[in-house]
Amino acid sequence: MTRALIVHRAGPATSVQDLGRPGLIAFGLSRGGAADQLAIIEGATLLGQAETVAAIEMVGMGGVFEATEDIRIALTGAPMRAWIDGAPLAWSASHRLRAGQRLEIGPAVAGVYGYLHVGGGIALAKVLGARGAHIAAGIDSLLKSGTRVPVGPDAPGGEAGFSLATEDRFSGGPLRVMAGPQTAMFPAEQIARFGAAEFTRDPRGNRMGVRLRHDGGAFQTQGGLSILSEVVVPGDIQITGDGTPVVLLGECQTTGGYPRIGTILPQDLPRAAQAPPGAVLTFRFVERSKAIEMARAADKLRRALSGTMTRLVRDPRDMRDLLAYQLISGVTAGDPEE
Amino acid sequence: MSWLGLDGLLVSFTDRLNEPANRAALALRDAIERESWPGVEETAASLVSTYLRFDAAAMDGDALRARLAALVDSRDWTRADLPGGRRRWTVPAVFGTELAPQLQEAAALAGVTPEKAIAQIAATPLRVQTIGFAPGQPYLGELADHWSIPRQTQLTPRVPVGALCAAIRQMTLFSVTTPTGWRHVAQTALRLFRPDGETPFLMRPGDEVRFLPIDRGAYERLSNEGPDGGAVAEPIR
Repeated sequence: MTRALIVHRAGPATSVQDLGRPGLIAFGLSRGGAADQLAIIEGATLLGQAETVAAIEMVGMGGVFEATEDIRIALTGAPMRAWIDGAPLAWSASHRLRAGQRLEIGPAVAGVYGYLHVGGGIALAKVLGARGAHIAAGIDSLLKSGTRVPVGPDAPGGEAGFSLATEDRFSGGPLRVMAGPQTAMFPAEQIARFGAAEFTRDPRGNRMGVRLRHDGGAFQTQGGLSILSEVVVPGDIQITGDGTPVVLLGECQTTGGYPRIGTILPQDLPRAAQAPPGAVLTFRFVERSKAIEMARAADKLRRALSGTMTRLVRDPRDMRDLLAYQLISGVTAGDPEE
Repeated sequence: MSWLGLDGLLVSFTDRLNEPANRAALALRDAIERESWPGVEETAASLVSTYLRFDAAAMDGDALRARLAALVDSRDWTRADLPGGRRRWTVPAVFGTELAPQLQEAAALAGVTPEKAIAQIAATPLRVQTIGFAPGQPYLGELADHWSIPRQTQLTPRVPVGALCAAIRQMTLFSVTTPTGWRHVAQTALRLFRPDGETPFLMRPGDEVRFLPIDRGAYERLSNEGPDGGAVAEPIR
């Protein structure tokens, strides 16, 4: 029997994802890949494998999975309740899943995008250099209930039972922004208002971008200039026709004609993508030199990630703490029957 | 020239679409590719601007920006030649019918009869100004002045792959099924994006495209013959 993961049940937007396909903007294909790329790196770290390995992205809700052979798994991104044969699992951690066991992953308790990684990775054939579905471009289909996805060979002696402490990026919060090609077209008063306003993540959002709402007036460029379509990148904040901002994510179009008030720093993009509907987001402009310093610091932390792993404690008396850890950001921990 | 995000630079030649500015954007992109500067990870040209992405983890970009500025100033890019290796495409298309329901509306906005609209579009050699928005999707230009018709304020919820749509003196040939504000004037059986194919992206910036009006029967036949939909390309010398 081939080594595979059986998807017994999956949410409607479940897909295979990796770090996407950078380098194809000239051909009209945006990078795509996991909405929360840090979660891909965390999963690779937990399983001690390459960052290019593909995982399963679950949007808002998990699913029911079974492996045809003993495999290692890791769970990262938006925390979701998870069980193997009814026994609760810590999130942001690696575990063993024996052949035939039932892995059940519930709805997200914070954030939007959760990830299920497997030792050896999801071994779909690469299309244009990567395995991730690019839904807007029609590359690969979504993972439907009842499908079976091939799992690659795992490194011999691979360990499981590790946990990774992560900062809460699943409940909105501050996003740092750099000025871009059209920032200066917005009057200073609007830039100031944009930096001071509290935005709410609108329910309308997907892997291409998320719309934001706010109570103040609309934002607009001086004289309502129309911009000729030019290259847009993930993190760009477009001000659409009705004056509301849309944050572009990895699967955005490659060109756009709406004025952009700025671009979110790459390390804050996971926070933007993971903000669930209703979460409050704010923006703060930073100078380019500061932005570079911040990016370097974030890179350093990412490279040091594996050093921060801790061994999961198996004593059931400690499980309560692990569960409390997984239910972060104001969601009440405890009773699994709530 | 402006930064675009932490790892990008954008050079814009104008804020109004015109042929020399498009040529400049394409030529500058070509020149950057030929320079092979270390740290440059990707380049792209859109209608009148050129984009460059670099490895921001390895470099802060200031030196690269200075290099790019020097290259931009080194010549008049609006007088540059078009990229090499261009091709002339002939693409069969059914104008109007229920396959492309907005021909009448678009023709009326342009102030011509549907028959005249078809003749004008078919007679105009269009250039691929850029590939963008969706994979392999060309922006084609330019039609004559009276085709300066606005986009619709209400989006068409869905046009199919192969739809030929018009707005603001431009045409686009859709590579994916998508909502659009452009008016759907003709339908082709050409698939421009083939993720599993040997040539995933068919057209290139600088290519020339002509549309050949065909009837519904011919379209049905071509649709069944494969992803080319009867389109042919020949090199431009």
